Amino acid sequence: MDDLYRDYILDHYKHPRNFGDLEPHDVEALEHNPLCGDELGVQIRLKDGKIEDLRFHGHGCAISQAAASIASEELIGLPLEEAASLPADWIIDLLGIDVSATRRKCALLGLKVVRTAAGGDGWPV
Amino acid sequence: MQQLADSALDLRADFPIFERAGRPLVYLDSAATAQKPRSVLLALEEQLARRNANVHRGVYPLAQEADRAYEAARERIAAFTGAEVRGTIFTKNATEALNLVAYAYGRTNLRPGDAVLITELEHHANIVPWQQACAATGATLRHLSVDAAGELSLDELDRELARGDVRVVAFAHVSNVLGTINPVTEICRRVRAAGAVSVIDGAQAVPQLPVDVAAIGADFYAWTGHKAVGPTGIGVLHGRTALLEQMPPFLTGGDMIAMVTLAESTWNELPFKFEAGTPPIAEAVALGAAVDYLAGVGMENLRAHELALTSRLLAGLASVPGLTIHGPAGADGRGALASFTIDGIHPHDIAELLGRVEICIRAGHHCAQPLMSCLGIGASARASLGLYNDVSDVDALVDGLERARGVFGL
Repeated sequence: MDDLYRDYILDHYKHPRNFGDLEPHDVEALEHNPLCGDELGVQIRLKDGKIEDLRFHGHGCAISQAAASIASEELIGLPLEEAASLPADWIIDLLGIDVSATRRKCALLGLKVVRTAAGGDGWPV
Repeated sequence: MQQLADSALDLRADFPIFERAGRPLVYLDSAATAQKPRSVLLALEEQLARRNANVHRGVYPLAQEADRAYEAARERIAAFTGAEVRGTIFTKNATEALNLVAYAYGRTNLRPGDAVLITELEHHANIVPWQQACAATGATLRHLSVDAAGELSLDELDRELARGDVRVVAFAHVSNVLGTINPVTEICRRVRAAGAVSVIDGAQAVPQLPVDVAAIGADFYAWTGHKAVGPTGIGVLHGRTALLEQMPPFLTGGDMIAMVTLAESTWNELPFKFEAGTPPIAEAVALGAAVDYLAGVGMENLRAHELALTSRLLAGLASVPGLTIHGPAGADGRGALASFTIDGIHPHDIAELLGRVEICIRAGHHCAQPLMSCLGIGASARASLGLYNDVSDVDALVDGLERARGVFGL
């Protein structure tokens, strides 16, 4: 099948995990991909400095949505401080597909917004 | 299909890009940049290889040859668009041309209490310079809305002009997202009657419609070379000379001066007052070759060809389940492009899947984020046609869209 649009990527795109609103939440952030206008937000609830629960919201392509969905399952339980500095490879490896240079920002958008909410800064590298 | 057969152009052999090795290129992104005919590439090489000297400086024969080539290109370009030669200024691109107007006309003439009127369907290049000019002068920025059919309302224009404070009306000739062809002549007439100045972004119009700047009655008309089968790095601003004479320079430095002392300077005559520094000489000469090429094809013929293809494009897209076409309903009132969205597939994914079979379309916000907000979408896919496209390109796109739906299990 397709090397990018694998079944699990499409499954996460069509049925994104942990999407919606989270009330109450402790931190939140909203980020855009200036290239395509995609928009992704996150709301995070904390417990003892760790991510107790989170929800993404927004719109984007299959890669950005699937990346956020897959990441959401791994982020719960992680110390917020750790999330603030997660590297790009963390999400690229989780995605498990070969992401081209032009689609890299799509893949990283979900991580970027989590890092922002956690007090980090800028695109993950 | 009779119309198509009658009007079909067969120009692909003039464009070396289509000789690329590998899968045949289905290029449907001419609204982003057009492919170049061999004659333009040769003109570029000829200028740099055999006629290279700086312009407006040298007295030796080679420099005079360069001068003549540069100025001859300006004359042919002005003739092509029905503009005055002295009011035809070379810039880097349409964006720079619009910035020239926003700075040298806008910032000089706008005052607090004045208004600049733009439209919801503008490219960022015809929005941001006016936001900045208004911020710098205290003028107010207002806009005309786009209706569900992707069109502007002349009634709304009249209402805005009747407020009496509008000094500048800046609008696209052809929308780069919706394809809407705006009634530019009528808009210019009303703008002038209201004592305001018209600024037209013609970047999408010059490559595909017969354009006569004088007949349109535009005060300023900006366009770019690379979308009109010319090279990158060269744009054009046509301005009414009476206005240009009164304006201060935009960029300053060499070539645009008459006399310079260490304390002050006086300005060169038009159009050189607005061409500071060494201009893109070879690019200007090659743009001259580009308009020669377009004139050789005939803009009426080109439009007829693209109109027939656009009809087929719209019909083909309409046959794809879940696909929504944005913009005017038929081909008549629109340029040779169509923006669309498909339920269940993001535009980026559409473009990615098409790209794998060498079908090149654009996906994103097309540098028109306010318009995308109006349409209620974050992004769209856009297929745009050039004079080298034919029926097979349109059919390949429709086929590719069906396959993309298949990948997404639709």
